[in-house]
Parts: sequence; structure tokens; C-alpha cells
Amino acid sequence: MTIQDMVDLLRAKVLCGEDKLETPVFSAFCSDLMSDVLAFVSDRTVLITGLVNPHVIRTADMLDLKCIVFCRGKVPTAAILEDAKDLGMTVISTRETAFTTCGRLYETGLKGVSITWPQEDKQT
Amino acid sequence: MSAFIHTVYPVASGDYTRAGEASADIKRKLKQLGVASMVLRRVAVASYEVELNLVIHSMGGELILEVDEKGISLTSQDVGPGIPDISMAMKEGYSTANEEARSLGFGAGMGLPNMKRNADGFEIDSELGKGTRISMRFNLV
Repeated sequence: MTIQDMVDLLRAKVLCGEDKLETPVFSAFCSDLMSDVLAFVSDRTVLITGLVNPHVIRTADMLDLKCIVFCRGKVPTAAILEDAKDLGMTVISTRETAFTTCGRLYETGLKGVSITWPQEDKQT
Repeated sequence: MSAFIHTVYPVASGDYTRAGEASADIKRKLKQLGVASMVLRRVAVASYEVELNLVIHSMGGELILEVDEKGISLTSQDVGPGIPDISMAMKEGYSTANEEARSLGFGAGMGLPNMKRNADGFEIDSELGKGTRISMRFNLV
């Protein structure tokens, strides 16, 4: 699946990064809690969120995430989008809910990230 | 061992607008040095977590980046208020963050355990009324 496929599936609007729509995507993580994004996302993945503030972009930058999907019709401010653009990210916005966004993408083959729990760390 | 990078970033209490700027600069500097992306991401996540902790919980402090040929050291030092129970603070899900932090998507009680998970070495010392010092080490060799 590519970012363009996600745009089509979600009838999403591309807010920045139009030149990177053919980039393949392999996994996704959905959360409005950036704390959890920082704790659980360890690989390049798509971030799906309904939270709109500069920390979404900063969190994504720390993790090298390159694609953000804002759901429930959320659109970040021009300043936030400018930051995302400077960092080489593609940002899209869909009117679908987080549940429907995830469902559509999962149904089409996009996987969630695997979480390693501390107990499992100790056992290995 | 002499550090070839030693940068001190002051971090103001409650300044959510600038929170993350120090970590973004740290990531940029380490990337320029050619630090491998896996290590870079771990440092960036731990740095962002500790910087946010300074903004959310402290009365102000600083973040210190030191790099030598063997690794990267990240130290956070604040001027209070100190952590009453470090073992509770280290538990996932335990949080004393305020509403403002939570409204921005933080304060889920994942910060300290996440720093420890990402660093190769992690030490925390805190004294009530004095402050908290967190030292993290990331090996390069």
C-alpha cells in the first residue's frame, strides 16, 4: 500500500508532502496520546490521530515517522503544516473517524505495530 | 574522557510552546555526526520524554548533551520540586501530570519507564525540595 492508496481509501485531503504519495507504507499506529506513541512506536509507521497540536509533529519527528493521518476532519494550522513540510512529512486529513480509518486500512492489508511488553523482555 | 560535544539547553517550566526544541536540536546535531538511525531514534525519544518532564513537572532546569567517542550522555537537572516516590514514578501508567499536559497528549505515565527502556544506562536521583537529576547513557560502540 502507498500513501496515495490511503488517500483514495479514506477520501482524504493531502495537506502537505504531495511529492511523496508513492511512498510505500507497512504499518500504522492510532492514538491521541503522544505518550503512548513515544512508548510503543519503534519502527517507521503511519500515525493516525485526532489530536491537533505541534507536539504531534514533534513526536513524529523524534520517531522518524513520515506520514500522519488526521481523522475526524481535523486540520492542523498552517504553522504546524509548515513544520511537517520542513521535516519531509506527508500529512493527510480524512473526515472518517479513527475507528473507520483504522478499519479501512487494516482491511486492505496495513498492519498494526507489535508491542513488546516489559514482562516479555525479562523472559527472553 | 573529553567530550567533543557539550551543549546545555535551559528548559523553562510550563513552556509547552517551546517544549521539544532542545530535543529537535539534539537529534539534528547527532544526525550531523553520523549517529546510526536506530541509536538516534532511541536518544531522540528519551530526550523528548525528559524534556517534556522538565516542562510538565519541574520548576525549570536544563538538559545537557555530551558526546564522546564511546557514547552519548543525556543529563536532566532541575531545581525542584523533587519526586516523593521514585518507585511509583517509574511505574507505567502512574502520572501526576496536570490537565494542560494531558490535553496535549502527554502525562500518560509512560515517560520515565520509556526513558529507561531506550537508554543503555539510566540513573535517577531526586530530593524533595531540591530537585531531580536523570542521567542516561547511549553506547556508540
